[in-house]
Amino acid sequence: MSDRNLGLTITLTAIIALVLTVLPLPTWLAIARPQFLVVTVLYWSIMSPRSGGILLGFASGLALDVLQGQVLGEHALALAFAAYLAIRLHLLVRAKPVFEQSLFVFAALMVYEFLLWVLDGWSGHPLSTPTRWVHTLTGGLIWPLVAGVLGRFHSTR
Amino acid sequence: MAVFGTEVDRPLYGRGPSPGLRFTIYAVLSVVLMYYDQHGHWEQRLRYALEATAYPVQVAVNSPSAGWRALTETFQSRAVLRAENERLRAHERELELQLIREASLEQENAELRQLHASLPPPLIKNSQLAEIISVETDPLRQRVVINKGARDGVKLNQTVVDGTGVLGQVARLGPWSAEVILVTDPEHAIPVQITRNNLRSIAVGSGNSGELLLPYLAINSDVKSGDLLVSSGLGGVFPAGLPVARITGVRRESNQILAQVRAQPLATVERDREVILLEFEPTHPDAPAPNPPIAPAPATPVKAAPKIPDNDE
Repeated sequence: MSDRNLGLTITLTAIIALVLTVLPLPTWLAIARPQFLVVTVLYWSIMSPRSGGILLGFASGLALDVLQGQVLGEHALALAFAAYLAIRLHLLVRAKPVFEQSLFVFAALMVYEFLLWVLDGWSGHPLSTPTRWVHTLTGGLIWPLVAGVLGRFHSTR
Repeated sequence: MAVFGTEVDRPLYGRGPSPGLRFTIYAVLSVVLMYYDQHGHWEQRLRYALEATAYPVQVAVNSPSAGWRALTETFQSRAVLRAENERLRAHERELELQLIREASLEQENAELRQLHASLPPPLIKNSQLAEIISVETDPLRQRVVINKGARDGVKLNQTVVDGTGVLGQVARLGPWSAEVILVTDPEHAIPVQITRNNLRSIAVGSGNSGELLLPYLAINSDVKSGDLLVSSGLGGVFPAGLPVARITGVRRESNQILAQVRAQPLATVERDREVILLEFEPTHPDAPAPNPPIAPAPATPVKAAPKIPDNDE
């Protein structure tokens, strides 16, 4: 598969993940919904750190900011940082079995949500319900599925 | 770097900035964006443009449910349609009766108006119907997106109601869409008044739809279950007299200064597909004050009062 195709694949999967993120659901399901876009960015950062990566995280975060954010830039910062973490540790994570990868994704999502929580508070839109952390758990649980699906779109190098 | 992935040939830790440096660059960019989103003005134009780019996504996401609705409406059974038709016809007869009464009232009103030339014009100058786009905003906050924006004449802080009561106000504006913050959002507060005794207070959103809190009523204040709350017109966003909520519970604990008062909003988002945007006649006495409070607050407050205004010269 050529590199240009990989870039296109990344962009397309990110858009699909974005649509999944804003798809209307009943409230209880919406709270448990994993942050598909964040998981997707993490996936590409781990599997193909040279393409996408931090720019992908930043751009995806900006899209989330416009659709769901309180302040422009908060998701962008948090997601760029999550991507940075994944890129820094990609060799370590890639070598692990899927279960341990799930744990890493869970940790990365916790960091992401923690940054959002802090930024929400600083910018004057505090929101401290415990329910905001639920998606980190479901995100970790859904990782094997996401990795399986996205793994079909590229050859690992 | 139009498409992610054009830099595939570059080794990760070779040429070009390292991941750390790149993250730093984007982090600084994010912080700058956040700062200006809070304080600046030029970013409003950027935000406006970004809202416009988000609109296609919102419409695309909305289309399955909209399509499903259209489909079910097409294949609705004859009996259902007949029943609905019957109901609407009865409703129309009722409305016609009211209309006849209204015509006579209007005539009477006109005659009275001639006697009293200085009567104010009606409060609601203009109203506009908008549809809720079913797009998930943050599920933990109470916001909805509607399909009318600045191009349709929607303004920031405009009052949004449904048939039964106040729903919220416009919080964010795009060219074709707008985000409405509901009265039940934890960041929203609306100045209200109890109709029974004109007691004023503030109703704060609780974060779950279907509940408002009135945290600033003293324990001995005259409030009870079933009281109707209308907007008081203070605060300059909502006009006076729009129905908002009904008190559902009052708890008084003897060791506390403030009563715990809960209310249920009259408007319900779950049921609504359409909302109404109201525009008010600014000369009417019940209309909200012309200065929108979102604009940076002028430095009037408490300290300014005793000072002699000489700093302008």
